[in-house]
Amino acid sequence: MRRIPIIVTAALFVLVSVGGGFAQTPRAGGTLVWGRGGDSVTLDLAQATDGESIKAGIQVLENLVIFGKDSMNVEPQLAESWSVSADGLTWTFKLRKGVKFHDGYPFNARAVYDSFARVIFKEHPYHGYGQWKYVSLSLAPVKDIRVIDDYTIALVTEKPYAPLLNNLALWLCPIVSPRAMAEHKDKIGMHPVGTGPFKFKSWVKDDQIVLERNPDYWGEKARVDRIVLKSIPEPSARLMALQSGTVDIADDLDPDSIALVKKNPKLAVIERPSINVGYLAFNTQKPRFQDPKVRVALSHAIDKETIIRSIFAGLAIPAKNPFPPSIWGYNDKIAPYAYNPQLARKLLEEAKFDFNSEIELWAMPVSRAYMPEPVKTAELIQSYFAAVGVKAKIVRHEWGAYLSKTQNGEHDLCMLGWLGGNADPDNFLYGLLSADTAKPPAANVAFWKNAEFTELCLKAQKTFNKAERTQLYLKAQEIFHAEAPWIPIAHSTIVRCYSKKLHEVPLRPNGLNSFQMVWKEK
Amino acid sequence: MPLGYLGRRLLHLGFVLLGVSLVVFLMLRMIPGDPARLLLGEFASAEDLARLRAQMGLERPLPVQYGLYLGRLLQGDLGQSLRNGAPVAAEIAQRLAATVELAVAAMLIATFLGIAAGVVSAVRPYSLFDTAAMLLALVGVSMPVFWLGLMLMYLFAVRVPVLPLMGRIGMGNEPEALTGLMLVDTLLAGEGEAFLEALQHLVLPAVTLATVPLAIIARITRSSMLEVLQQDYVRTARAKGLDESVVILRHALRNALLPIVTVLGLNLGLLLSGAVLTETIFSWPGLGRYVVDSLMARDYAAVQGCILVFAAILAVINLVVDLAYAALDPRIRIHA
Repeated sequence: MRRIPIIVTAALFVLVSVGGGFAQTPRAGGTLVWGRGGDSVTLDLAQATDGESIKAGIQVLENLVIFGKDSMNVEPQLAESWSVSADGLTWTFKLRKGVKFHDGYPFNARAVYDSFARVIFKEHPYHGYGQWKYVSLSLAPVKDIRVIDDYTIALVTEKPYAPLLNNLALWLCPIVSPRAMAEHKDKIGMHPVGTGPFKFKSWVKDDQIVLERNPDYWGEKARVDRIVLKSIPEPSARLMALQSGTVDIADDLDPDSIALVKKNPKLAVIERPSINVGYLAFNTQKPRFQDPKVRVALSHAIDKETIIRSIFAGLAIPAKNPFPPSIWGYNDKIAPYAYNPQLARKLLEEAKFDFNSEIELWAMPVSRAYMPEPVKTAELIQSYFAAVGVKAKIVRHEWGAYLSKTQNGEHDLCMLGWLGGNADPDNFLYGLLSADTAKPPAANVAFWKNAEFTELCLKAQKTFNKAERTQLYLKAQEIFHAEAPWIPIAHSTIVRCYSKKLHEVPLRPNGLNSFQMVWKEK
Repeated sequence: MPLGYLGRRLLHLGFVLLGVSLVVFLMLRMIPGDPARLLLGEFASAEDLARLRAQMGLERPLPVQYGLYLGRLLQGDLGQSLRNGAPVAAEIAQRLAATVELAVAAMLIATFLGIAAGVVSAVRPYSLFDTAAMLLALVGVSMPVFWLGLMLMYLFAVRVPVLPLMGRIGMGNEPEALTGLMLVDTLLAGEGEAFLEALQHLVLPAVTLATVPLAIIARITRSSMLEVLQQDYVRTARAKGLDESVVILRHALRNALLPIVTVLGLNLGLLLSGAVLTETIFSWPGLGRYVVDSLMARDYAAVQGCILVFAAILAVINLVVDLAYAALDPRIRIHA
């Protein structure tokens, strides 16, 4: 009798071993095929403005500092450590030694100098080889770059600017081989040479980009032999490619497809709150929206949960602050304005709101992750406003005109959103809501000019202690909440759908990861 | 063939392309939307936008922009893509071969099957084959390419995976790009297996793209053949005791070909410029997708270049069709 359990245990052991219970040891080799919606534009990330370029480029190029694998906290990459001078103007980075670019050129302070100087200094010989489209989001605060020695470099800013570290972690600040920059000139975007875990191999436009494992990588070597990024523009075809095993990862699937992936036992889904916000901005310069009470009242009129259920198919969380909880400094103590049409109506009456004249509700003409169905969302909001007696007319313009007109303050209320690439609260609070950015063409499309709020943001820019900065941002969010220049609607959820043959698949809140540690079962 | 006629037609072609370049240039600039803004999106600062506009030369007056464009065009330079700064001519060349391969494959399928079905239907009118073929042709004409492509993909690449799902060839089997035509390049490289693989990849997109022209050609062939088969010379040929296949193929079909050739020419032009949906569904890296992506991004240089290339191809096809008339019907004479 006593032998039976032993036999059963042994059989179970064999079954579990064969069935994959012990298959969790990382394995090197194999090809990871990554299906995505479109092709990259350039693999010189200092010039890139689109997600498809960044996804591919960050496998090849590295920065001084980088965001965490699954978070937006800044960690060392090619810089081992850094310090800021007492006056807050000079950032000194100690660089990693013994690192080589894919073309064999040594990584050193000179390479960092050339990579950054080409972007910001017009007189640099490589400046004319590119279009540095997002300088204002990356290196614009840097006024001087000093090579201290081979492995030490200093960046000098005109005024103290704490968010610089997060800017340096953005894809916009890659360190590129100086030899490759000199050789490929304005074609560097087609021949990226960095220090990353994967090397660029080939690119067939609109078809595929092939990257290969860098056997000389300075850190832990990549596990898969190669990554093939396939352009599959049709979402249904992308889903079929994932289901049939033609690709291992399928990006940007629609909610219906994601539901199918969730039901498929061979496929997996990771979800994470993104770093964006979709919002409705009041033009606070228009007399009808000058009174915060009116803005608060209309904030109570909108049912965000229903919007998320019906428009985002549940793939979002309701927003109460200008930036999402995935970014540090988020004030979770703030109580959101509850959906309460009776209270909204009462507050509007108290504020003597003119119910007879119509307001203009501007709807974006394009779909974004933070606002997947702008017109339907506008129609829902229109119905919520109607329920409290406010007549709203939906206004649409072509996208370019929409942006220009809202930046000039021609709207009553407009829908917009923001993806805070560098994951610093400053990017949202100062960038979109300070008095400094409320002059046309304004990023602050609420044209809300609150002196105390702006002062807090400016002070935070000069504060290098994160705990102190956090306190300033918590206070700023309280002011935002009380004044309600926007109705923050939602932070969308970012989703990655992949085959269960893959393991250790990461997902940062911005959706941009190196696949260095991903491994694939046979 | 009078060379003067050909020369004059080629000269006309030059004027047509000049006209096309002007019309496209003006139309693109009439579309609302600032390319710099579309390129940089809502996250760009005013300074970044101004810098990019200056780099793109968008601040200059329109006649100056057109003059510069034309000057470069005459030197064979189609300009640089606004999106990635790459030369448009090279970008087009990379993709044109893929589109040509797909369009020609689709055209071959449509022509052979279409003519065969049309001839058989006309020879046996109102038979079961005729009714079935014409019903299928009606379905083929009315079927949305998008739906058909996805269904074929689902059936033959996912449910019963006998054909590849997408792309032009399996990963790692790409031959050296000599012509850009995968079938030709694999043959030139002497890689039989890769050739077969490229052929397999071509089947589903080519069948999808061929459906509409196939249906049109079948219907035109049937009606044209029905008319010709009632002609006196066909009766005479039969009375002479000629074999029925000779009567049908040599006497009837040749005379029925004129309207068919016209439709073939039109369809080939449409296939080249209209393959965008098929290219999108099957991830085929062709010119159709490039032109649509460029248009969405207001990539002026790229769109202008593509339209010029399409216009030139269409004009050349028309010329070939006109010359084919003379070859098919000796009564048609081309005058210089």
